[in-house]
Amino acid sequence: MGQEILVWAEVKDGTLRRASLEAVGAACQVASRTGDSVAAALIGNVDPQVLTRLGQAGVRRVYRVQGPEFAHFEACRYAEALQAVTQHSAPSLILMAATALGRDLSARLAAKLRAPLATDSIAVEMDATGVTVTRPVYAGKLRATVRLTAPPAPVVTLRPNVFSVPQPQDGRTAEVVEVSCEPSPVAHKVTVQETTYSTGEMPDVSEAEIVVSGGRGMKGPENFAILEELAKLLGGAVGASRSAVDAGWVDHQHQVGQTGKTISPNLYIACGISGATQHLAGMSSSKCIVAINKDPEANIFKVADYGVVGDLFEVVPIMTAEIKKLK
Amino acid sequence: MNIVVVVKQVPDTEAAVRPDASAPWRINESGIKFIVNPYDEFAVEEAIRIKEAKGGHILVVTVGPPRADEALRTCVAMGADDAMRIDDTQHRELDALSCAQLLSKAIAQTPFDLILCGKQAIDDDLGAVGTFIAEFLGLPHVAVVTKLEVADGKAICRKEIDGGTQKVEVQFPAVITAQKGLNEPRYPALRGLMLAKKKEIKVLTPAMLGVAEEELKPLSRVQNLEAPPARGKGKILQGEPESTAVELVRLLREEAKVI
Repeated sequence: MGQEILVWAEVKDGTLRRASLEAVGAACQVASRTGDSVAAALIGNVDPQVLTRLGQAGVRRVYRVQGPEFAHFEACRYAEALQAVTQHSAPSLILMAATALGRDLSARLAAKLRAPLATDSIAVEMDATGVTVTRPVYAGKLRATVRLTAPPAPVVTLRPNVFSVPQPQDGRTAEVVEVSCEPSPVAHKVTVQETTYSTGEMPDVSEAEIVVSGGRGMKGPENFAILEELAKLLGGAVGASRSAVDAGWVDHQHQVGQTGKTISPNLYIACGISGATQHLAGMSSSKCIVAINKDPEANIFKVADYGVVGDLFEVVPIMTAEIKKLK
Repeated sequence: MNIVVVVKQVPDTEAAVRPDASAPWRINESGIKFIVNPYDEFAVEEAIRIKEAKGGHILVVTVGPPRADEALRTCVAMGADDAMRIDDTQHRELDALSCAQLLSKAIAQTPFDLILCGKQAIDDDLGAVGTFIAEFLGLPHVAVVTKLEVADGKAICRKEIDGGTQKVEVQFPAVITAQKGLNEPRYPALRGLMLAKKKEIKVLTPAMLGVAEEELKPLSRVQNLEAPPARGKGKILQGEPESTAVELVRLLREEAKVI
C-alpha cells in the first residue's frame, strides 16, 4: 500500500497524552502488516519535545498546523486543520484517542470527509478495501465487529488503556511538514472563553490505569476521602456508581457505567458497589477487578477477580496503610 | 425560539441485550423494553425550559421504525409541540452518516434557531450524529454540554472535557449535544400524556426528503455482535478485615501484579 496512517497527536499542558502514544502504537502495529508508514498531525503551538517523542515512537512525518487560532481546542476548527492535513497526507486510516476531545473532533472530521467513523474501538485491522474494528456497544454489554469501507480513510478513535505505548527508540526522528489552515466563518462562530481543570493532579477516570470507585455503600460524600487517599497513593482516579452520583455525593464526571464512562483500567477497585447491570457494563473490561462489599451475594462479586466480603470502612484504610508500608 | 430536538429510541438501560441468532449484526428485540435515549431526554427537557423562559416552538424528530413513535409521544407528553419520524423500515442498515443526512434534510425544511441532541445514544454509543448534522447543515456545534445559557442569538455553554470543563460561546443557529447534569428531565403530566396520545406524527420517507439510495449506502456496517468474553471465577476472601485487606494487597502485588 505505502500510504500513511495518520494519528492526531493530542497535547495537554504541553505534553503528549499517553492515549495518543497508544494510538501511535496501534498505528505502528497496523502499518507493520500493511506496509504503510505512520504520520501524526499536531495542531496548535507545541513544545519541541513532543516532536522528539513522536519520532522516537515510530512516527515518520509530523504535519504541523500552527497559529493563534488553534491555541484552544475547538472541534470545528481543529477538524478543518485536520482536513487540510489530509490534503497533504492522503491517509489510508485516521486514528485518534477516544478522549473527550478525540471523540468530539473525530465526529466533525468524519462528517467533513464523508468518511466512516468508529469511536472507542478496542481492536483495529486494515486491508485493501477497508478497516475492521471491534468496539463495545450497549455500554459494553456487547461487542460489535464493524466494517468501515475505504476510501475515504475511515476515522477511528481508540479506547485509552487498551493499546500499548511503543518503546521510544533513540535516533529516530520525524520529518516536519508545515500545513497552513485558515479557520472558516463557521469555526469563528464558536469561541472558547475559558478552560478549567478540576481534578488537579488526579488523572481522569477514562484514562487512569487504576480506578478506585465508590457506590451507595459509601453512605455520604465525606467518605469518598477514604477512596481518594487510596487512589492518590496508587496514582489513580476516583470513580463512582450512578447511585452515588445521583445522590449528589460525586460529580457526574466520575460516573462509571451506562450513562457515565466506559473504562478499561488495569485495576478497578469497586467499594460498596452492588453491581447493577448498567455499572457492570461500564467497567467489566477492566483488566483486574476488585470488589469490596459487605453483601456476599452482591452482583459485583460475579465479575471480580478478587473480592473481600467486608466493611469497606475497615478494609480500605488497612489496604491503604499496607500499601504505604510497601512503597 | 424554534428548537429542533433529535431523539432516538433505544433499549432500556436495564435490558439484557443479546444478538439475534439468525442475524447476529443486530440484537434480538423480543422482550426488550424501549425508551427515549436518556441523553436525549436532557435535550428535550432543556428545550422545554428554554421555551418556558423565552417562548417558541419545539419539534422533535427521529429516524426509526414505527415503534419509535412511542418515544416521540413521550417527548410530546413532556412538552414538545410537534413530532416527526423519518421511517427507516426499508433501510434497516442505515449508518450514522446516512441517518444524519436524512435528519439534516428534514430539519432544513423547518425554521430553527437551535438543534439539541443527546451527546450519544446508549445503543451504538457512537456519539456523532449531532455533530454530523452540524457539519451537514454548515453550523457550529458544542458537544457534551452540562450547562446552557441562552442569550440573544447565542448561547454560553459549559462543556465537559477530560478532567475539566470549558466555557464556550456559540452563535445561533447551532447544534448543542446534552450531557447528564444539564438538567433533571421531568415526568410527563397527565395532560401531556393525553395530548401525546392524540398527536399526529408526521412520517417521512427518504424518498420524500429527496435523498437518493446511493447516499444511504452505509459506509460502516456492523458485521457481528457478541457478548464480551466471560471472566474467570475470582478469589473471594472472607474473614477479619485485617487479614483479608493485607492478603488482598499481597495478591494484587504478587499475583495480579497491578500495584
